[in-house]
Amino acid sequence: MSFETAKMVDQEDKMTTTDTSPAESAGTAPEGMRVHNLDIFYGNFLAVRNVSMDIEPRAITALIGPSGCGKSTFLRSLNRMHEEIQGARVEGTVTLDGVDLYGPGVDPVVVRRQIGMVFQRPNPFPTMSIAENVLAGMRLNSKKLSKSKANEIVESSLRGANLWEEVKNRLDQPGSGLSGGQQQRLCIARAIAVQPRVLLMDEPCSALDPISTMAIESLMLELKSSYTIVIVTHNMQQAARVSDRTAFFNIDGTGQPGYVVEMDATEKIFSNPTQQATSDYVTGRFG
Amino acid sequence: MTSLVSSKPKGQFGDRIFRRVSTGVSLLVLVVLAAVAIFLISRALPALTADQAEIGVGGDDGEGEGFLSYVLPLLFGTVWASVLALLIAVPIAVGIALFITQYAHRKISSLLGYAVDLLAAIPSVVYGLWGIFVLAPFLSKNLFPWLSDNLGFLPFFSGTTSTSGRTMMTAAVVLSVMILPVVSAISREVFAQTPGLHKEAALALGATRWEMIKMAVLPYGRSGVIAASMLGLGRALGETMAVALILSPADVISFKLLTNQNPNTIASNIALQFPESSGLEVNTLIATGLVLFAATFVVNALARRIAGGEVND
Repeated sequence: MSFETAKMVDQEDKMTTTDTSPAESAGTAPEGMRVHNLDIFYGNFLAVRNVSMDIEPRAITALIGPSGCGKSTFLRSLNRMHEEIQGARVEGTVTLDGVDLYGPGVDPVVVRRQIGMVFQRPNPFPTMSIAENVLAGMRLNSKKLSKSKANEIVESSLRGANLWEEVKNRLDQPGSGLSGGQQQRLCIARAIAVQPRVLLMDEPCSALDPISTMAIESLMLELKSSYTIVIVTHNMQQAARVSDRTAFFNIDGTGQPGYVVEMDATEKIFSNPTQQATSDYVTGRFG
Repeated sequence: MTSLVSSKPKGQFGDRIFRRVSTGVSLLVLVVLAAVAIFLISRALPALTADQAEIGVGGDDGEGEGFLSYVLPLLFGTVWASVLALLIAVPIAVGIALFITQYAHRKISSLLGYAVDLLAAIPSVVYGLWGIFVLAPFLSKNLFPWLSDNLGFLPFFSGTTSTSGRTMMTAAVVLSVMILPVVSAISREVFAQTPGLHKEAALALGATRWEMIKMAVLPYGRSGVIAASMLGLGRALGETMAVALILSPADVISFKLLTNQNPNTIASNIALQFPESSGLEVNTLIATGLVLFAATFVVNALARRIAGGEVND
């Protein structure tokens, strides 16, 4: 453990910090996200300790590990959703393309517009139609949206989420009428409609059947050409299938903080990991 | 197999008792409701069937006008006062409920919740006294002249402004305070049940707290707030003491809020007139009570329909 983190800290030190806000630096080449010595708390309880990792741009990073090891907590700290729970806080830095998301004066609302999220259970807004769901984030960003522009965004986002052909004739119907897999793709369309720089996915397939899961996985592989994707998954085959890099989280016992055991190229994690715990986990000997 | 059939479990006896008791108490509600309805109808009938020229309460001015023209101003006053109270109370109640469920720290929110619930525990006669001694003079000194000067072109604020403050406006404000607890308590419950999934969906899209409330909390709680408002309206319709103490009544149908000539409410009118009534006058008052009963019934049915219909969607 200590060896691995030390190695990552070295990488962290090379990072350069610029003063541009996330919105301003959109034109420059993406550097991805860098997490440095991140401790995550619920009140006084340390839930995840000392995470340092690089999340490469335009690639899929998978977070795996046993239940309760803090993967989801860590994921939620990447777009500052974590702090929505009363008493929740972090120490350390998370940067997106060089800007510290937890820096002074950074508005979590702006952070979340840059870093979209897809949840474990599909959560389209029940009172909104399919089209309105896709546009929900756009309406927050820019109040005025011409009808043609709106239609354009709805189509491109739904095409991007591989849902267009299935729903193009019923865009005005409620999103809750779709199947679970379609709803999840609708949520992905909603998230990518605002063109975020990073897409966080918290076990996006765990409530879906295998066919829908395949649809989401192939979609992720398409999306990674434009988006940086971080996915939490319990399904190790899924991590092996879709991700470029994998981080293995573990926990020493109940009430102990979770931590990153190791992070490496996915092939290496699944074939020849450095740590025994990782090897045990990916081969199914525990967890 | 035999043991399954022949065993005489003790639980079965208790089960039967409990079922009968619970059935009994539910029937009791229907019996009481029927008893009240029968009482109202039977005592109201004489007034409804009598020669309408004899109908009237309070001697000189009311005599001989007929039941319909007697009850109409009262029904108007009842509905007008209640609707005004609702217009004042609902936005405030929803604001309180949103603050408690979405903004406040847990400790503050439970404290505030208790405080609002406590408003419901104050007897209505106390509200009436507070209204007449504190609120009426205060409003007539500070608010009414301003409303009359600046918004006097609106029919609501026209006419001679009351100096005592015993106006429809004061009554509506007091009524709104009285229905605030029930509306805010129910809205609070509904808002608190907003699925975390929907709130997170909004927040993750970069919604501010208010945008999150607009996207997730209010659409979810809408039917609940409507049902809560209807319950509040039901309470305002039947409120007696506070209105009887505050309002300076007259036999009119008037939308003016700041004058001494206010339509009375049915319940308040019964309370004021009953001690001095006899014979057909009593029947007439009970008949107005029947009208109130029917009006409240309609409101409750509407509330059910709105709340139920939304849930089924």
